[in-house]
Amino acid sequence: MIAEIENLTVEYPGVKALENVSFSVNQGDFLGIIGPNGAGKSTLFSCMLGLQKKYHGTIKFFGQDIKKSQNYLKEIGYVPQKPIFEKNFPVTVNDVVRMGLRKESDESKIDEILQQLWIHELRKRRIGELSGGQQQRVFIAKALVNNPKILILDEPVTGIDQQSIDLFYSILTELNSKQNITIIWSSHDLDAVNQLANHVACLNRTLFFHGESDDFFKNPELVKQYSESSMQEHMHHH
Amino acid sequence: MQRAIISGIAIAILCSIIGLFLVLRRYSLFGDAIAHSSFGGIALGLMAGVYPLWTAYGVSIVSALIMTRIKDKFNISGDASIAVLLSSGIAVGLVIIGLSGGFTINIFSFLFGSILLVSINDTILILTLTGIILIVILLLYRQLLYSTFNEEQAKISGIPVEKINYLIVFMAGITVVTSIQLVGVLLISALFVIPNVTAIMYGRGFKQTSIISMGFSIFSVVAGILISYIFNITPAGTIVLFAIGIFACTIGIKSAGLLSKP
Repeated sequence: MIAEIENLTVEYPGVKALENVSFSVNQGDFLGIIGPNGAGKSTLFSCMLGLQKKYHGTIKFFGQDIKKSQNYLKEIGYVPQKPIFEKNFPVTVNDVVRMGLRKESDESKIDEILQQLWIHELRKRRIGELSGGQQQRVFIAKALVNNPKILILDEPVTGIDQQSIDLFYSILTELNSKQNITIIWSSHDLDAVNQLANHVACLNRTLFFHGESDDFFKNPELVKQYSESSMQEHMHHH
Repeated sequence: MQRAIISGIAIAILCSIIGLFLVLRRYSLFGDAIAHSSFGGIALGLMAGVYPLWTAYGVSIVSALIMTRIKDKFNISGDASIAVLLSSGIAVGLVIIGLSGGFTINIFSFLFGSILLVSINDTILILTLTGIILIVILLLYRQLLYSTFNEEQAKISGIPVEKINYLIVFMAGITVVTSIQLVGVLLISALFVIPNVTAIMYGRGFKQTSIISMGFSIFSVVAGILISYIFNITPAGTIVLFAIGIFACTIGIKSAGLLSKP
């Protein structure tokens, strides 16, 4: 078991962002977390990454409660939804990937990872002048540079063109199948989750479903129920 | 004169590297706020008969750290906290000057700088502090850069972001008070900001940008000191005008399309 979330509840004043969410992730899983806006996906990730510390329940990585030790973060690569930085921030692609590097001695790893993600020729360019798709690949490179066991991605393709999305998905599949990296990935896109993920968690403040993706997607009744509840939530939200 | 040039170069290097972190954190005026709070410290030193820069170090570093703590704890915006720090320093200074019956001549050299009068002891202090701060920056380079680039991601990567933030404030406090002798309280933020906003238009990576910024800063300081010496005018104003001149030329070159994208 690589990660266990037990009875996770997060309350903000007047609203429960997450309620009694429990699921687990095994080594090598490709878990797609789906849910509408405001379903609590980002809150869930904030808790898992140790940014949000006020919650009820337990989160364990590698069998250890994350409130007791932050060591698990060394095994995690994180790719944010849309990396926030000043457009004219003077850092090159190389600089950004190097920031992620925990040990200076692994310098050669930077070149290797840039080549693997097809951004080696961009390494001396300033990050702010790259396209959204290229920037996202740089942030994956940064997340991968320490050879993490788990990759966590928070809606990573928001605002990126289709060609880059396809490339991005093929990279994720390869990382999971060839390097056995466990992937926890949140997305709006049900079709993409159906194609890529082998496990699914449907979140809408509470956990609506968790299990193998075939069990979900091959059950039209379940998909329909989920879509309806998401739609209601969506309407409620607006 | 030699001492002035050597001290000036050390301060130029210090201000441009610390200033680059502040500018990129959208904290450009923080140097100004610390400088103004040091005014209170200087007045305190003059009144107490202590070497005013020592009291200035104490007051400005402590007040900057306290203000940073208040800003984080009560979620006050960066520019508002700068305004509080800036005005409280001046207010304290003015009250102390009033209570002491005024010491206008001494205070002038701190307001506008007096690099040509720098002593051998001052020079040694400036070189030592510059050396220490540069070593700290080299040792913690990745942590400083990463937490400036994106705090949240730096936290996830295990960087103690809050401690790094306090360290930057602490180093900025030392740098500002050390630099008062060169350009004075009123013009310090120019050395923090102008060479850096100019260099950002040229440099690609962080190291390249900081080296370009140091180059502009050293040139402005050395040229400013020499010209002011020859024409017997105040060095602080001349130094800052050189920095502004380089900035204006860069804007001109960029507007004419002669400067490719960094």
